[in-house]
Amino acid sequence: MLGFLQRPVVVTADVNLNVVALTAVGLLSRLWRLAYPRAVVFDEVYYGQYISFYMKRVFFLDGSGPPFGHMLLALGGYLGGFDGNFLWNRIGAEYSSNVPVWSLRLLPALAGALSVPMAYQILWELRFSHCAAMGAALLMLIENALITQARLMLLESLLIFFNLLAVLSYLKFSNSQKHRPFSPSWWLWLTLTGVACSCAVGIKYMGIFTYLLVLGVAAVHTWHLIGDQALSNVCVLCHVLARAVALLVVPAVTYLLFFYVHLTLLCRSGPHDQIMSSAFQASLEGGLARITQGQPLEVAYGSQVTLKSASGKPVPCWLHSHPSTYPLSYENGRGSSHQQQVTCYPFKDVNNWWIVKDPGRHQLEVSNPPRPVRHGDVVQLVHGMTSRLLNTHDVAAPLNPHAQEVSCYIDYNISMPAQSLWRLDIANRESDAEIWKTILSEVRLVHLNTSAILKLSGAHLPDWGFRQLEVVGEKLSRGYHESAVWTVEEHRYGRSQEQRERELELHSPTHVDVSRNLSFMARFSELQWRMLTVRSDDSEHKYSSTPLDWVTLDTNIAYWLHPRTSAQIHLLGNVVIWASAGLATALYVLLFCWYLLCRRRRVCELPEDSWLRWVLAGALCAGGWAANYFPFFLMEKTLFLYHYLPALTFQILLLPVVLQHIGEHLCRSQLHRSLFGALVVAWYSAACHVFNMLRPLTYGDKSLSPSDLQALRWKESWDILIRKH
Amino acid sequence: MPSAVCEGLAGSELRPRRGRCGPQAARAAVPEEAAEAAAQSPKRPAPGSRPSEAACRWVLLALVTLLAFATRFYRLDQPPHVCWDETHFGKMGSYYINRTFFFDVHPPLGKMLIGLAGYLSGYDGTFMFQKPGDRYEHHNYMGMRGFCAFLGSLLIPFAYLTVLELSKSLPAALLSAALLTFDTGCLTLSQYILLDPILMFFIMAAMLSMVKYNSCADRPFSAPWWFWLSLTGINLAGAIGVKFVGLFIILHVGWNTVSDLWHLFGDLSLSLVTVGKHLTARILCLIVLPLALYTAIYAVHFAVLSQSGPGDGFFSSAFQARLSGNSLHNASIPEYLAFGSVITVKNLRMAIGYLHSHRHLYPEGIGARQQQVTTYLHKDYNNLWIIKKQNTDSDPLDPSFPVEFVRHGDIIRLEHKETSRNLHSHYHEAPLTRKHYQVTGYGINGTGDSNDFWRIEVINRKFGNRIKVLRSRIRFIHLVTGCVLGSSGKVLPKWGWEQLEVTCTPYLKETLNSIWNVEDHINPKLPNISLDVLQPSFPEILLESHMVMIRGNNGLKPKDNEFTSKPWHWPINYQGLRFSGINDTDFRVYLLGNPMVWWLNLLSIALYLLSGSVIAVAVQRGAHLPGEVEGLAQVLLRGGGQLLLGWALHYFPFFLMGRVLYFHHYFPAMLFSSMLTGILWDTLLRLCACGLAASSLASRVHMGGVLSLLLGTAYSFYLFHPLAYGMVGPLAQDPQSPMAGLRWLESWDF
Repeated sequence: MLGFLQRPVVVTADVNLNVVALTAVGLLSRLWRLAYPRAVVFDEVYYGQYISFYMKRVFFLDGSGPPFGHMLLALGGYLGGFDGNFLWNRIGAEYSSNVPVWSLRLLPALAGALSVPMAYQILWELRFSHCAAMGAALLMLIENALITQARLMLLESLLIFFNLLAVLSYLKFSNSQKHRPFSPSWWLWLTLTGVACSCAVGIKYMGIFTYLLVLGVAAVHTWHLIGDQALSNVCVLCHVLARAVALLVVPAVTYLLFFYVHLTLLCRSGPHDQIMSSAFQASLEGGLARITQGQPLEVAYGSQVTLKSASGKPVPCWLHSHPSTYPLSYENGRGSSHQQQVTCYPFKDVNNWWIVKDPGRHQLEVSNPPRPVRHGDVVQLVHGMTSRLLNTHDVAAPLNPHAQEVSCYIDYNISMPAQSLWRLDIANRESDAEIWKTILSEVRLVHLNTSAILKLSGAHLPDWGFRQLEVVGEKLSRGYHESAVWTVEEHRYGRSQEQRERELELHSPTHVDVSRNLSFMARFSELQWRMLTVRSDDSEHKYSSTPLDWVTLDTNIAYWLHPRTSAQIHLLGNVVIWASAGLATALYVLLFCWYLLCRRRRVCELPEDSWLRWVLAGALCAGGWAANYFPFFLMEKTLFLYHYLPALTFQILLLPVVLQHIGEHLCRSQLHRSLFGALVVAWYSAACHVFNMLRPLTYGDKSLSPSDLQALRWKESWDILIRKH
Repeated sequence: MPSAVCEGLAGSELRPRRGRCGPQAARAAVPEEAAEAAAQSPKRPAPGSRPSEAACRWVLLALVTLLAFATRFYRLDQPPHVCWDETHFGKMGSYYINRTFFFDVHPPLGKMLIGLAGYLSGYDGTFMFQKPGDRYEHHNYMGMRGFCAFLGSLLIPFAYLTVLELSKSLPAALLSAALLTFDTGCLTLSQYILLDPILMFFIMAAMLSMVKYNSCADRPFSAPWWFWLSLTGINLAGAIGVKFVGLFIILHVGWNTVSDLWHLFGDLSLSLVTVGKHLTARILCLIVLPLALYTAIYAVHFAVLSQSGPGDGFFSSAFQARLSGNSLHNASIPEYLAFGSVITVKNLRMAIGYLHSHRHLYPEGIGARQQQVTTYLHKDYNNLWIIKKQNTDSDPLDPSFPVEFVRHGDIIRLEHKETSRNLHSHYHEAPLTRKHYQVTGYGINGTGDSNDFWRIEVINRKFGNRIKVLRSRIRFIHLVTGCVLGSSGKVLPKWGWEQLEVTCTPYLKETLNSIWNVEDHINPKLPNISLDVLQPSFPEILLESHMVMIRGNNGLKPKDNEFTSKPWHWPINYQGLRFSGINDTDFRVYLLGNPMVWWLNLLSIALYLLSGSVIAVAVQRGAHLPGEVEGLAQVLLRGGGQLLLGWALHYFPFFLMGRVLYFHHYFPAMLFSSMLTGILWDTLLRLCACGLAASSLASRVHMGGVLSLLLGTAYSFYLFHPLAYGMVGPLAQDPQSPMAGLRWLESWDF
């Protein structure tokens, strides 16, 4: 117990000066003049607005990725005391003095700097020599594209950091497996693997590729473990369970945690509210919550309601009518009913109010006590301002002739009778006697005569319909579709019987009080679903590229240009490293196939332990490259060069692996080896030289003359900005 | 009727199985354990029982085939009108008979066979196949339907033989055959003029021949080995020749071949030369032969379709020159572009059309109020442009000037022939694509300003710096703004006569939208050459038609608010497809899988994964299985594994596809899944029986299990058969309906 009294407390520190030195130069390369340029550079304009939202705690929706990366960037802003007041609207705009540029860019830069010593560690844990490990780190150090990306408020360097962390901690874990299973450090590295994977996925969805790779390697190792008959069944079960918990459950929980923090932070309503369901919006401060606060929950006969379409496409809107009628005949010669138009209108308007009426009674006010409307009940909907009934009939809709026209019925005293009865179908009901609830209930309105369903078609009406959205009665409705579902958003009990009083009532804001809350899981699943389905439409960009351009570095991205001089920042890789990394990958694959065939015919001289080392290094590095690269061929979104950087990092790790292998196994004589060593040194100097030449475009600190810039344009396809004077 | 037939079949199937239990286990087991296994088995068959057993197998095969044909050909002529996609494939069959050129996103073999079947059965290709529901009247459609039904019926004996080969167990084979026979979905899909029965036929035939040649592996290079190997190749060519989905069975066979070769390569008793021979044989039969056949299919396709038809516009100008009846056919025009030529300029992208202008201005508020420039799909005199030098207004057609050819990099002006306005662009945003610049017609009688100058660039300098009609791919770069002339492919509103928008894009990436070629070319000073000289070679046609097909496939995108079928709907039989009829007075046919069969399949896949992983872990942990169990486990892992791979390969890729998907895309995967079900239940029941002590009880458990599955599927077929054979009368909500009470899922709309 009191052992420390008998024996001295000894701390043995084992400091690898290589790692210290690498960290130092890494920090130097990434942090040098970090606050320069004091202007918005490329995608900072995009991420910056989200940082501002976090600072102001305003809810937003970004379909490009999960929130963890945005939160890390915002953390930098928080530490720097950013108040969020900056208008992120233009690349190249000067930052105002309240923007702490240095601390906003700090976290990505730190992540980029730490990737350098981590490359060293990974190669060392893969059991390669110190020399190879140093080589990997030094290559990471002088890769221009990684430096550019790390020095700005962007997510790639964070993603790369967590990718490498996941690989590194998995290697540490699997190396401690043989000697000390279930020791604290074993647990630490195993859990860290899971957490790092989850962080990577939390920054960008593409982190999932590295996660799957690590899972795959872990699965193969576990399969070998199961085959190890020296272990007892219980022991094997423990091993399998530990891995399942750390690599499956922990990441899932961590991922949920990101969303929990995200939703806790963003508690105020903001510009993207409209995309979310009414129930979600009601959980945010301000916005809809302010309007709906205190509304009665249960819709009753006589309720005045606005009905919002559950589909946010093309825009969120409310069921609407106005005194204009459908034109007698359309441009293509088809006729209409000439009844009053019913549309969907994307703005709040007094014409969005409808009154729920009992078909059997004439009253338009709520009785006392209110009679709630339930699932399956038949109702009529009266348009508040014009007192006409929502109606549909066998007339083709204006833009979708296969569907029925929806109108507000005008009694022209002709043969077309009113068909204004609608059956209420609550889509998300729990029981068949469920009461229609404000905000929470998703209802479908099924027309009684024709069994058509009230639906938003998504098309814009022409000028006669004031470019509002078309609403139709869909006969061939199959299954659940968001565009046929409506929710009550604003709601109050109607009190006035007279039309004039009622109009006044409709114009007045709603009041009374009930509060309602959504559970975290419901909010999470809705937010995640919207993030995955929200579509960005514009698919063309000046600097977009295809995956094939990346390997050969046939493309670049101009990030920033000094407003006066020709100093500029480009995302541009170190060509020597890109070319040799590509070659090394090809060589690895060829050698791997060759060894595989040789071993199959039992004619191989490669020792077993080098073979295993070679395979594991290849699985993680070449596999990491392939997993982070090939899926892009299947993606349809706009792609940029920076999407390739995670794959490139793995490729750079593979380079020293191949070089060391060549030096050890393919160079037979001492002479060959020395020659090879000299070649490697010469090659590295060339890479350093290229780094140095491209440095002005990486840091943007030096204004080059047009002729110098022209000289740097090594490839025809590179777009380097040259001012014409 | 079907249930009676089934009971008879099930009864006849009982006898042979008892005799087979022994050899089945013995053959599958590892040799040294075989004797032990045979000793344990209930009844050791006498050597004399072999011929009777083989006979039994043939009798059963004949029965299964007969039943398959009976179910598929029963009421084949109903309904006597066009159903669902018959409107496409029947029409395309007619095109072959009429030899008119058309375009489709699928390769031609399936439609060619349909056309051939129609031709041989006396159909004359005159029926229009305009829309579903059109009556056939006197036209002979039974030949085509009969052909599809014939191929669809053959699926069942194929499945029987494949499973028999993989599991060596008659009950498993019978069960698989019964599942497919009694599946209403397979039945419906086989009864109409569709590509699916043809595709599934080739897929199953390839699978069967692959399994057969695998089992010939002990006698390599023997006649049957060569036969099955080359038959595999032929069927692969057939599968991919019908639909690109055939690629999945190619992957399956490829995977199987690679692992096969890997085993041979690791067998040190074989010399490298022998391994090389194996490799060459496979390359010959599985790569060279299918490729040759596939190319031959296209050769026939192009040879048959020699007349101009509805598909012309999808193809390049050079391609169209091949088709008789097309205006480019047998035409003769000057070969190289010169200043002063009158030309039409066509966009290289499919379905964009010719550069066009007309005497209408862009409306107020949309860019500058100048003359519209659009693209137009049809031939029109407003498509004509005169190519002029940038600054000289002298008439280049004046005979005193020498002919000057247009070359790569020349600065030109394009003057619209009808209105004498120049092609013009400036820094105004384009009407629809806001990031691009507007293109207009500007100037009076050919005099405009410096915004009318364009640099002409040749992309493929295959023909030198000069510009060859039809073949050279050119771009027009606007001199002042540096943008590229292109068409966005978006339809202009009414003011633009619903023609397509032309823009000048500042993004210099080479996309087909901004590449053009010269089609018509008039220049009296130049000698005309016959266009036949410019006709593309066969490899070029082949390549082009593939590009067009791929683009067409990618173009089949779901619209925003359209309800589309999702791949996860399919295995759970979530929703069917209406083949014919909606209302209660119509003759209704509804493509929906037999829910009992499909849900059993779904359950079986889960059970298979479970039992497979239990066995695999047990083996990996070094557990010693008794001989009989070992043999069954091998059947489950090897044979079942093949089928699971087939199912996965034919199902999961659909999750990655961006195009519109339909329920019937799942049917090839469903074939594999049904075969898997057969093997799984037979093996599981045998394993259960092995666990029981008394051998008589064991065989009775097995027999009872298989029999109840057979009867169950037959009964469910009896319940659901109106879906496939058609029904009239009230919808399923009505208690009078033939389907009353059978609408188990709300999403089934019959």
